[in-house]
Amino acid sequence: MSPAQYIHCLGSIVMREALRFLHQRERFFGALVRPLVWLFIFAAGFRSILGVSIIPPYETYILYEEYIVPGLAAMILLFSGMQSSLSMVYDREMGSMRMLMVSPFPRWYLLLCKLVAGALVSIAQVYLFFIIAWFWEVEPPWMGYLLAFPALLISSLMMGALGLLLSSAIKQLENFAGVMNFVIFPMFFASSALYPLWRIRDSSVPLYEICRFNPFTHAVELIRFSLYGAINWGAAMVVIGALVLFLAGAVYGYDPARGLMTRKKGA
Amino acid sequence: MSEAALAIRGVSFSYPGRRVLEDISLSVAPGEFCVLLGLNGAGKSTLFSLITRLFVCDSGSIDIYGHSLLRRSRRALAQLGVVFQQPTLDLDLTLVQNLRYHCALQGLDYGRYRDEIEMAMRHIGLTERMGDKVRQLSGGQRRRVELVRALLHAPRLLLADEATVGLDIHSRQAILDQVRERCRVAGIGVLWATHLVDEVQPGDRLVVLHGGQVMAMGSTARIMQETGSETVHQAFTSLTREDTA
Repeated sequence: MSPAQYIHCLGSIVMREALRFLHQRERFFGALVRPLVWLFIFAAGFRSILGVSIIPPYETYILYEEYIVPGLAAMILLFSGMQSSLSMVYDREMGSMRMLMVSPFPRWYLLLCKLVAGALVSIAQVYLFFIIAWFWEVEPPWMGYLLAFPALLISSLMMGALGLLLSSAIKQLENFAGVMNFVIFPMFFASSALYPLWRIRDSSVPLYEICRFNPFTHAVELIRFSLYGAINWGAAMVVIGALVLFLAGAVYGYDPARGLMTRKKGA
Repeated sequence: MSEAALAIRGVSFSYPGRRVLEDISLSVAPGEFCVLLGLNGAGKSTLFSLITRLFVCDSGSIDIYGHSLLRRSRRALAQLGVVFQQPTLDLDLTLVQNLRYHCALQGLDYGRYRDEIEMAMRHIGLTERMGDKVRQLSGGQRRRVELVRALLHAPRLLLADEATVGLDIHSRQAILDQVRERCRVAGIGVLWATHLVDEVQPGDRLVVLHGGQVMAMGSTARIMQETGSETVHQAFTSLTREDTA
């Protein structure tokens, strides 16, 4: 296989993922409605209760709506990454995953392509959300939108890789709902997406430590800093480290000789 | 002696707590139409999962045109065309999008294969439906598209797992004729798994799988002779009677 064939394979997997997303209109609107509900309703209601002091990267007091936008962008990536994994479980049950797995390309590469495809689709949703948020007067600097792209990409890949790892261990579609409850919601709420960590530390130090350990927190902070033209290197390192770890686990999980799929009937 | 299209030697496989395949050995020669006949649950689909490397066998080996599936899996898989028992077309994509996707997964340039695809689609009467979503096609049409797709990259070994299940008699016959013709003309090896005895023809090589074991293997005439049967149906019934009673 030549490099051109590898690139062509990646392009086709990305295209397929994008077409599937566009064809499934409910999924498209569902992905947007969730963060918008948080932005329009939750943030409006809690604006006066959850005041935010001046914390980096912000240089002045900000409205609560502005604070939670990076967290909601990360939430889109989190849900979308899990949705992508859900589609892997569905594809495996329905059979179309088999066509991917019997391709002569290396399996790790196919999984990476799948991951990149899911990430790009997620990022498109985030930018659509940013546009709507802009009309809601959440207006980061223009350069921030550009700088946010790499942060969104590695964050999305990290969450997609976690989803892939989970999907390799899930036997049936029904089991995925439980994992959603045990993974998505704890990850989202035990993070800095909705409230700054110092507020959490004030009320519970153990919870604060959990939040600090949560890679989703670092993804949120990475996005937040980049959206305001700064780079949070510490967060970037944690996110990249988690990405490598989760991806290695997913490749292992999908290896028929060693992985978690090996003995699952119907996998 | 020419290299076997498929050589399976001493393959065993278990799911947790349950032996599914026991010391399976069989081979398919290039240009040979080999029917893997077995009841539901005989282990046919598991064997296919092993040949396509979705699973890895506990013991034994599988070679495709001399390429070990374990050591040189990518080369081995490149020789394969597969029609799985479960439909694998993406229902939300059009026929063209599905075939384009398959080309990319096989490392093929869709543009180069456009004429061939149109010819194949004309052959199965779906030229006008190329832009339709797969969801809009009938079960028989979907199966025939899957077959076109499986043969698109000119594989040297075709695996078909219950490819005609759920189809009416005309669709079944059309698919069988298509595969047999390809086997004869292009000289590809075919492993055709089915539980339908009437899909076996006198010239076929037959492997009867039952309870995860090969019960009989050879020409249909030989198996009928060995079992003292007058028809393939009788032979199959006698070989699988024990558990079904």
